[in-house]
Amino acid sequence: MSAIIQVKNLSKSYWRNSLEIPVLHDITLDVQEGEFLALMGPSGSGKTTLLNLIAGIDRPTNGEVTVAGTDIAKLGESALAKWRSSNVGFVFQFYNLIPVLTAFENVELPLLLTKLSKSERRKHVEATLNIVGLGDRMAHYPKQLSGGQEQRVAIARAIVTDPVILVADEPTGDLDRKSAEEILTLIDRLNKEFKKTVIVVTHDPHAAEKASRKLHLDKGDLV
Amino acid sequence: MKVFKLIFKNALRHKLRTSLTILGITIAIIAFGLLRTVVTIWYSTVDATMANRLITRQSVSFIFPLPFAYKDKIQSVPGVANVCGAVWFQGVYKDKSNFFARIAADDNIFEVYPEFLLSKEEFNVYKKQRNACVVGASIAKQYNFKIGDQIVLEGDIFPGRWEFEVRGIYQPKNKNTDATQMIFHLDYLNERMKAETPARANQVFWYMVQIDNPNRSAQISNQIDAMFKNSTAETKTETEKAFTQGFISASGAIITAMNWMSFMIIGIILLVVANTMIMSARERTREYAVFKTLGFSALHLTGLILGESMLIACLGGGIGLALTFPVVSGFEQAMPKGFFPFFFIEPITIALAVIATLLVGLLAAIFPIQRALGTKIVDGFRFVG
Ligand SMILES: Nc1ncnc2c1ncn2[C@@H]1O[C@H](COP(=O)(O)OP(=O)(O)OP(=O)(O)O)[C@@H](O)[C@H]1O
Ligand SMILES: [Mg+2]
Repeated sequence: MSAIIQVKNLSKSYWRNSLEIPVLHDITLDVQEGEFLALMGPSGSGKTTLLNLIAGIDRPTNGEVTVAGTDIAKLGESALAKWRSSNVGFVFQFYNLIPVLTAFENVELPLLLTKLSKSERRKHVEATLNIVGLGDRMAHYPKQLSGGQEQRVAIARAIVTDPVILVADEPTGDLDRKSAEEILTLIDRLNKEFKKTVIVVTHDPHAAEKASRKLHLDKGDLV
Repeated sequence: MKVFKLIFKNALRHKLRTSLTILGITIAIIAFGLLRTVVTIWYSTVDATMANRLITRQSVSFIFPLPFAYKDKIQSVPGVANVCGAVWFQGVYKDKSNFFARIAADDNIFEVYPEFLLSKEEFNVYKKQRNACVVGASIAKQYNFKIGDQIVLEGDIFPGRWEFEVRGIYQPKNKNTDATQMIFHLDYLNERMKAETPARANQVFWYMVQIDNPNRSAQISNQIDAMFKNSTAETKTETEKAFTQGFISASGAIITAMNWMSFMIIGIILLVVANTMIMSARERTREYAVFKTLGFSALHLTGLILGESMLIACLGGGIGLALTFPVVSGFEQAMPKGFFPFFFIEPITIALAVIATLLVGLLAAIFPIQRALGTKIVDGFRFVG
């Protein structure tokens, strides 16, 4: 099995008022296709930063990130955007659904950038919402859904384009135990049944149990 | 298209805020239309004056008369082509609210005012009949005056009952030509004055002086006024333009202020719409980060924000423009009838309002677009409103 994600000598600093804040130091890491990786570590250790770099929504200060053969640090802004839309699915802690759009429309959003026809889009969206168990909530607006349901819509939005990797930043951080369990089961199913490569950032050791591998970050270093 | 739906939904997110913004634009565009209409009327009234016409009046005020004898003296000044005496008759036609200018003038008025188009036949009939009058096409239409009709005026400046017969209807040559005047023979008025109040006979209120060369207007004016210096009735001669500016009483400074105000109003709505758009875009910082994460481009975001700004501006501007017509005509009706010789919304006013609306929509979007595009995705997610 080949590594679908290769991170080589990756470092990242932020600048605040010309003061350099090093966040990640020389990280090297491979993720195999089909793996379910849990990223753990204390607050401020750089988990979100690492996830963002792998997913191509932030740029490294040094080093390489290669995903499915593409060195994404070398892509220009619009090429990177295009790459993201077809290769990465994102799930956030606070769901980040568009409040004025229904569940259906939120999930349809990434498909608007594809060449799919309206009826094809509908088919995809319905199928995906059925996978996450919300086939009967398609016309609901985010505020008419529970937190767990919102997160499931967000997951549907993340996988509707059938991306290569699925990244989730504390997907259960804002949910009660039961909803969190449902979300984790769903992500696990996406990994096992739909063969998605998954990286999940979590504080919760119980959540990390489902992962096939656990990595710990501490002050910007893998430990 | 999906994008329009999203733009619409975004605009309706804060219904009260959006409604108030639209209402603000509506009111501003109406105010703009009304102000510009009054300003353009003023300018076209002044523009309607001819550079080759001077007005000679009593130096103290236009209500003090000048003797008939001045006519020949003014005529003798080199460069003067024609002199026409005139009296502001006023009077009441049926009801005080029926307001239109009634002027007793020498018959050469139609030479001095070539923009009052009167057929040769009608003029010849008019000339021969003592109590004949000529009316402008606008009031002929408004009061349904026809050739041969009787017009009876109740005199106020010149008391008594005055009977006239319509013998001609003059057409305006230009769009801004005043077609609301009633003109009759100065002799008709004078004969009756001689009989009833001789002290007020042989007098006019002003002379209209046609000159050969508009460039010499200042010189000729001075020459005329010099002739009557130290007489009992000193004169003041000025171009018709200057006279009109003074006569329609709205002083130039007020018009200039209105002119500025009309554009300041546009500036104010720009601030109102920009404020709304900036607030909206700020609240949606996270959502823009989501859109970018999903792969939406700068063009998409620009379309979303610009579209919303345009939608709000055009809704307000459209409603405002639609309401400008009834408001302007309501304003005209609220003024005494005939107060303005002509009152219409110029195409240029409509064009300006449309341009202002589009410009407001465009400019109000610039700052939010800049901000949305300039914010990095990771900073967008970390943003706390
Ligand atoms: N966009 C940014 N600009 C400046 N500093 C940043 C930015 N993003 C992260 N940081 C800083 O980098 C460090 C690591 O942040 P990061 O969000 O990656 O931590 P984390 O491990 O995800 O923490 P948490 O568990 O609290 O989410 C922190 O000190 C944070 O303040
Ligand atoms: Mg984090």
